[in-house]
Parts: sequence; structure tokens; C-alpha cells
Amino acid sequence: MGDKLNRNTGWYNNRFFPWVLPIVFVVLWQVLGQYNIITSTLLPTPLEVVQAAIRLFNTEELQEHVFISTQRALIGFFIGGIIGFVLGLFNGTILFSEKLTDTTIQMVRTIPHLALIPLVILWFGIGESAKVFLVAVGVMFPIYINTFNGIKNVDRKLIEMGSVYGLSRWRLFTNIILPGSLPSILVGIRYALGVMWMSLIVAETIGADSGIGFMATSAREFMQMDIVVLTIVLYAILGKLSDVIAKLFEQRLLKWNAAFNKK
Amino acid sequence: MFNIELKDVGKSYGDNEVLRGIDLSIEQGSFTAIVGRSGCGKSTLLRIIAKLEEVSKGTLLFTGEETKEPKIRIMFQDDRLLPWKNNLNNIALGSVNQMLAKESLEKVGLIDKQSDWPDQLSGGQKQRIALARALASNPDILLFDEPLGALDALTRMEMQKLIEGLWEQQQFTSLLVTHDVTEAVHLADRVIVIDKGVIQLDEEIDLPRPRVRNEKFTYYEKKILNQILGG
Ligand SMILES: Nc1ncnc2c1ncn2[C@@H]1O[C@H](COP(=O)(O)OP(=O)(O)OP(=O)(O)O)[C@@H](O)[C@H]1O
Ligand SMILES: [Mg+2]
Repeated sequence: MGDKLNRNTGWYNNRFFPWVLPIVFVVLWQVLGQYNIITSTLLPTPLEVVQAAIRLFNTEELQEHVFISTQRALIGFFIGGIIGFVLGLFNGTILFSEKLTDTTIQMVRTIPHLALIPLVILWFGIGESAKVFLVAVGVMFPIYINTFNGIKNVDRKLIEMGSVYGLSRWRLFTNIILPGSLPSILVGIRYALGVMWMSLIVAETIGADSGIGFMATSAREFMQMDIVVLTIVLYAILGKLSDVIAKLFEQRLLKWNAAFNKK
Repeated sequence: MFNIELKDVGKSYGDNEVLRGIDLSIEQGSFTAIVGRSGCGKSTLLRIIAKLEEVSKGTLLFTGEETKEPKIRIMFQDDRLLPWKNNLNNIALGSVNQMLAKESLEKVGLIDKQSDWPDQLSGGQKQRIALARALASNPDILLFDEPLGALDALTRMEMQKLIEGLWEQQQFTSLLVTHDVTEAVHLADRVIVIDKGVIQLDEEIDLPRPRVRNEKFTYYEKKILNQILGG
């Protein structure tokens, strides 16, 4: 609080100033479009994009596609996340399991999961399972790595203290190992959320009959540029939203960490 | 209640023989201090008694009328509090119930800090929480591995008084490792000097409590210091 080094009383040091540039950008974009300096067949104006959103909202298409995309993303995230978490948990706590599987997982991890697309299409076709599969594979590795590293990096001295205090294996895990690795796990989750949306965008663009990606591809065929841009904005909003939610979780779960960092 | 019996205990790490031929019997409820140069094996001895290390040679026994295992706690040089638990819950980790945890927080005089995080406390306060955590389980044996080493002189004296008072009250067996000879003479009934892995001096401190720095006090101080420096 009384931290002189970090206090800066310049006129630009407030909550609103960082928003000036984005607002100038959008206004400029609108003006350039309105006076036909940029033709709207190349890039629709922000207002046109908003109008497209309202139109699709009224026909309820917008809600439907966003809902389906979100559903796919979350199902894939939970499947991949749980697999990654459980693997990280086992390999972080059981040496046998680490020796058996960690090297293999690290090797497989180096394959970019989107390179699997041709294979996935052959296996699953372009149905729901293909998209969920891609998301799950993408999400699995960052969660695995961060869970594993988080557990491995828990202070050995605290674990030793726990064993002197006669904690059972289970209490050692719930009281020391899990909370100690939580910051790292949460970093993994936030990173994985980004991977989740990226995987879904690619999967939906390749083939879908519903979802935001489908909106984009079918709009492209009819040269509905406003909808194409709208889908990009939708992905951006969803990505930002999930990050904000994850951050809130982090703040709640790591209250002690905030106290620690303040020092 | 337990006595601690070490018979011909030796400990080696590879070729490095850290302790050898340690014969030591520590009576229940007594206060023993272990002093010696850095690296002489003091912490190793404590860790053996706490069963954090296996002996390489000899035996460690806990004798007494009871058949159960003794409850042993350590206070380390660093506090080892869990930063994700508030102070009360840190203490509850070592305790059977919340009531005892609160009681022992009261004993160290930090009840008003019960719902703060450990990282909001000073170094001395953290060590007091660590002491409360050790006490909350009503230990049979309490091992101190230089828990006051990092504290300033005033806080140290306060903590010494606190430890002495609680020991007199609860009668746990105390084993204090310290490099501060005055601290050893101030607190212990018996001071053991370790050098080159063996016990060089085993001195009863026959002074009434609370102890004051009189002639006899300095006599013990000198004797022990000479042994450490001369040996
Ligand atoms: N885990 C270990 N592996 C190998 N050597 C060790 C290990 N622990 C301690 N030692 C060695 O044993 C010797 C005694 O260490 P110990 O920690 O008991 O010393 P100490 O008397 O407590 O010293 P200090 O006063 O500095 O704390 C040292 O030479 C140290 O290098
Ligand atoms: Mg030591």
C-alpha cells in the first residue's frame, strides 16, 4: 500500500486510459467504412456487425449456435481435463506410474494435436465426437503438465512436516500436496481454456452443421461478411469470458496467495 | 511417558560418518540441550529420534510403562506453516480438535490472529504459531532444531521464556539443538556437546529456575564453550 516505488500519479494511470486506443480504433473503422474508404464487401462496419448480431438474435440462431459450440467446448474440456488431471496426479505422487508413463506422455505431447485432424476425420467422420475429441486432446496436455509439475514442486519441507505430524497419506494429500500444487494447476486450466477454444474453432471450420464455425462457413458461401466478422467477435468474447471466469476462480481459491504476494 | 534410549548409534551418508557410538539416555520430562559446531550432526541426531532418518548402526528405543508409540513433534528452524491455511487451521493440523487448537493459540498469546494468514505475521509470531501447533497435540517429546536461530535477541528471550513456561506446565521431554551456549544453559537441565560425530561433554546444569546470570551460570557457559572451541 504505502509502496512509493509502484505509485505513479501520472494523468494516464487510471482504469479508463487503456481503453482509449480500442475505442479510437473502432470509431475509425466505423468512419472509414461509412465513407466507403473500406468497401463493406471486404470489411463490414462495426454497426453492421452489431445489426447482424441483433438479426440473428431475434431469429434465435445466434443463441442456438453459441450454445452448441459452448457445449462441445465444455464436454471436451471436462473429458480432457479430467484425464490430464488424473494422469498428473498419479505421476506426481506414484514413482512407478511416473517412470512408466511420463516419458511416453512427454513424447506424444510434442505432436501438435491439430495435426491429428485428418486421422480424426477418418476415425470419427465430422460428427460431434471428432470435435470433442480434438478439444479433449488439446486440453489434456497443459493440464497434465501443470498438475504434474505443481505436485513435484510442492515444498519437500512441508511434506516432511506433515509426516512428522503423523498425517495419513490422504490427509497429506488434501492438506499439503493438493493446495500446494493448486496455483500451478490453475495456470494449466487457464492455458487449457485458450487451447479449448482454438481447437474448437479449427474443428468447427473444417466441418460442422451447427455451431459458430458453421455460421462462419455458411456465411462465407453467401458472402455475408457481417456474419463472418460477427463469428470472429463471438469467439473472442467467449475466449475472454472463460478467462475472466477462470481468473475469478483463481482469486477465490488462492486468497492466501494474494496475502503472500502483497508482502 | 517415555525415556529415549540411544545405544551405540551411528549414522553415515555414503563414506561420510556423521555420528558414531552415540550412547544417550534421556529421561522423560527432562530438558536437554545439544550444542556443537555447524555440521557436527546435531540435526541428524534429532532427525533420527524423530524417525525421519534411519540409523546406520545401533538402536533407538523408547522405553516406559506405556506400549503405544510416543507422540513426537519437531519445531524446525523455519516455521513450516502452510501458507494456504489460516493460523488457527495451521495449529489444528497438529491437534485432535479445534478446542485444543484454540487453547494452544491462547498459550502463545496470538488468539487475535487466529483467522489471519501466516504470511501476515512477523518471523517471531510465525515461530510462536509453529510452537502452538506442536503443543496442540500434547506431544510426549518435543524436538527443537534451532527454532530461534533466525530471531532477534529480544524476541528470542521472549520465546525462551515461553518455551520454558510451557515445558514446566506440560512436562513434555524437550530436546533443544542450538548454537547459542547461553540459551542452552538458560533452558536445559543437561547440555550435551557433540564434536566430530561423538559426544564430547555431558553436563548436568544444576541451577534453580528461573535462571539468572550469576557466577555459576557463567561457569557452565565457559566450560561448555571451552569444550566446543578446544575440542
Ligand atoms: N541427507 C543428507 N545426505 C548426505 N549428507 C548429509 C545429509 N544430511 C546431513 N548430511 C551431512 O551430515 C553432516 C551433519 O549434518 P547436520 O545437518 O546434522 O549438521 P548440524 O550439526 O545440524 O549443523 P548446523 O548447525 O549447521 O545445522 C554434514 O556434514 C552434512 O553434510
Ligand atoms: Mg542443523
